[in-house]
Amino acid sequence: MSTGTVATFEDSLERLEVGWTHTSVDGLADVLNEVCDEPTVGVELPYDGVELPSWVNTDPTPADLRAANAGITAAGIGIADYGSVVVQGTPDGVEPVSLFADRHVAVLKESDIVPGMPEAFEWLGEEFRTGHSSAIIATGPSATADMGALVKGAHGPKDVHVVILDE
Amino acid sequence: MSKAREAKAAKIRQLMETEGDAVGTSTRGFNEGRYESVQTLDDYEGLKSEARAIKEDAIERLPELLDQLRETVEANGGTLYIADDDADANRYIREVCEDKDAERVVKSKSMTSEEIEVNHELEAADIDVVETDLGEWVLQVADDSPSHIVAPAIHKSREAIADLFNETFEPDEPLETAEELTMFAREQLGELIEDADVGMTGANFITADTGTMALVTSEGNARKTAVVPDTHVAVAGVEKIIPTVEDLQPFVELIGKSGTGQDITSYISLLTPPVESPTVDFDDPDTPLTETETDREFHLVLIDNGRMDMRDDDQLRETLYCIRCSACSNVCANFQHVGGHAFGGETYSGGIGTGWEAGVEGLDTAAEFNDLCTGCSRCTTACPVEIDIPWINTVVRDRVNRGEASEVDWLVEGLTPDEEPGGVSLQKRFFGNFETAAKVGSFFAPLSNWASQLSVSRDLMERFLGIDARRELPAFQRETLKDWFDARNSHVENPTRTAVLYPDVYTNHVQVERGKAAVRALEALGVDVVVPDVRSSGRAPLSQGMIATAEDHAHDVYAGLAEHIDDGRDIVVIEPSDLAMFQTEYEKFLPEKSFQRISEASYEVMEYVFGLLENGVDADALATTDSEEVAYHSHCQQRTLGLEGHTEAVLSRLGYDVVTSDVECCGMAGSFGYKSEYYELSVDVGSELQGQFQTDETKHRTVVASGTSCLEQLDSLLRRPSQHPIQLVAPQR
Ligand code: SF4
Repeated sequence: MSTGTVATFEDSLERLEVGWTHTSVDGLADVLNEVCDEPTVGVELPYDGVELPSWVNTDPTPADLRAANAGITAAGIGIADYGSVVVQGTPDGVEPVSLFADRHVAVLKESDIVPGMPEAFEWLGEEFRTGHSSAIIATGPSATADMGALVKGAHGPKDVHVVILDE
Repeated sequence: MSKAREAKAAKIRQLMETEGDAVGTSTRGFNEGRYESVQTLDDYEGLKSEARAIKEDAIERLPELLDQLRETVEANGGTLYIADDDADANRYIREVCEDKDAERVVKSKSMTSEEIEVNHELEAADIDVVETDLGEWVLQVADDSPSHIVAPAIHKSREAIADLFNETFEPDEPLETAEELTMFAREQLGELIEDADVGMTGANFITADTGTMALVTSEGNARKTAVVPDTHVAVAGVEKIIPTVEDLQPFVELIGKSGTGQDITSYISLLTPPVESPTVDFDDPDTPLTETETDREFHLVLIDNGRMDMRDDDQLRETLYCIRCSACSNVCANFQHVGGHAFGGETYSGGIGTGWEAGVEGLDTAAEFNDLCTGCSRCTTACPVEIDIPWINTVVRDRVNRGEASEVDWLVEGLTPDEEPGGVSLQKRFFGNFETAAKVGSFFAPLSNWASQLSVSRDLMERFLGIDARRELPAFQRETLKDWFDARNSHVENPTRTAVLYPDVYTNHVQVERGKAAVRALEALGVDVVVPDVRSSGRAPLSQGMIATAEDHAHDVYAGLAEHIDDGRDIVVIEPSDLAMFQTEYEKFLPEKSFQRISEASYEVMEYVFGLLENGVDADALATTDSEEVAYHSHCQQRTLGLEGHTEAVLSRLGYDVVTSDVECCGMAGSFGYKSEYYELSVDVGSELQGQFQTDETKHRTVVASGTSCLEQLDSLLRRPSQHPIQLVAPQR
């Protein structure tokens, strides 16, 4: 992956008006603190040496989901051309945590950003054939124009923030 | 006007008044979004071809893919049910819900479930069904029906939705803004989803290799519908299967861009149910998700309902490639003005709606709105799977004609020189045989023109032929282009090329001046011109759905031009709709070789002039100017063929200052605007072009237009005259 791909990803996020932060493993807790309002729910991140801060509720109930201001999950990959993050459903609840809170905070490794859809689908094909049962290609917040003008936050999050982890 | 025509005209008029503005604003916005968004693709055309190839292959191998899908779905732990028709599907879905003792089903938007009307079945079984797509929900609250395949409530303005909500729900504070309305709906629906028992979705695509379905949404309601309740029923047509997960890629890139003009929709859900995500049981709000018993159930219901017969039908098969993106509706000028409540059947609407309705409901339903397709062809380049939508509509029109009860067969049978059965309506026959009328008209001109303008003639024409008395008729010229050409002595010294100027019906009999101008221009550029006696292209009968007659024309035209092509002559065509026949529709009528020869030898007249200038012919032989201001309207088929730019380039090179219209269509589209039931729609569509040529920047400009219909429409919309661009640039004598 080249820096060009990361720059394209960031440009795409900018265009979508999606906030993003570049940080190191050590800086992650501070960034999350800055971008999340409590109560925050989350699902543990599958990255070496990374743990969610203690103020993140990582074992939410339906009531917690409903009350959460932010939901933190990992993203499998990022797609540079579109500014999309791929969120994979897991038994510990990545899908509901990324869906019910007003803000979705997606954390991904810089090396997991791919240039475009062809690369993304190569990866997805592999994932689906080897057992993953669901993934959402999420691009920006949920939105609708059904009520006469574009409104963000129809059923899902009103706002998305992407955290890119350097290695 | 006949009763049926009167009723149709009244319905169209009413929809133009009540829904036209809302539909027009949104569809035009979507369409412009498409133009912008597809530009971000490196290889848009390549991606479209890839998408088409995947669909072609998938439909070809459908039985095999169905078997494979059954295996994967079952291996995943789900159930696949293939339903023959709507009743079969509905029964199955109801039984699934009854087995679960379901009290409420939440649904995300799906056209297939509209097609089978599953809500009726479930409601009759006392099961509450809630549409969670905001647009669909508005319609459910209003007891209204979708008017667009992607944006179902497109015909409702924000004000209308606010009134509806305020009346129905009586909120403490009246709702007003889009934000308020959306948040209100989000809240209401959120609660309804929380304690739903079954979630029902459609499926945009299903991959046979893994049993993964793709759902394309922006709101996130499909995600909630699929994940919150423990039982998921997905309903889709059998045609939605594609071979592999990788095959999803071109569609994911094309569908949002083609439909609403977004680069991509907010969510593309890829689900291989039963999914691993924990269910969210709001009845038990305090048990952590990870401790919730998750025993998910999944039913995939695939519906045939006529699709397998469509697959066997050489003409309707392409309809199955459709990915329901709505680009063909959004680009369609007529749809923009009336929406799917006029331009649609029981479920499907817009350009491809005719094909779907013919396949799943039958010809009668398709016939109700089939004539709203004028065959302008603007949708063919918009369609991400390259479906020739106008051709499907022509085929359906032909079948409708053949099935129609005859009106006055005894009168026309034997009198009209066509290949059609008795059922074709007199109106269609008249327009389809326009060549004959034109010959007679020219022969008796000016008497024929005078006679046809008499009010008694107009009354009769309106009564029997449905020709609107408000539309000015073309005036036939006594001296045809062919007569004029034969009578004059022209000789080009050392010609650079020899060209056949194709005398289309209009140029030969009505717009003779543009034909003369073309001859003068070509000769001035050193081209030796021949005007042969060749039959009309068949465009007129084709647009009436008279395919056999059109095919007959095609063979005659080819026979008439073949020797010229053999001699290396170029075929120069003035009328873009005829050129489009040679370059596209003739592929259906002629042997491959013949089609290739005629399509490769033929050029639009300004394209030809452009080519000559590019090859170094001296432009000074034409009428140059320094900065005469021109307003130019290209022609739909010309634009579809990608030839609009040649005229602009030639005019600019000769010194003209050109402004080009950017409306999709003039609204006239051949015989359409003459027909009394469509006259008002034609004028309404035309008003946009009229507006563009009456701004401060354009109102004094010389008007030029390439097509016959466009010229006629412009003549009736504007106070100043219009002409073909060749008339502007040709030397005066
Ligand atoms: S026919 Fe083509 S443009 Fe029309 S809805 Fe189907 S895929 Fe889209």
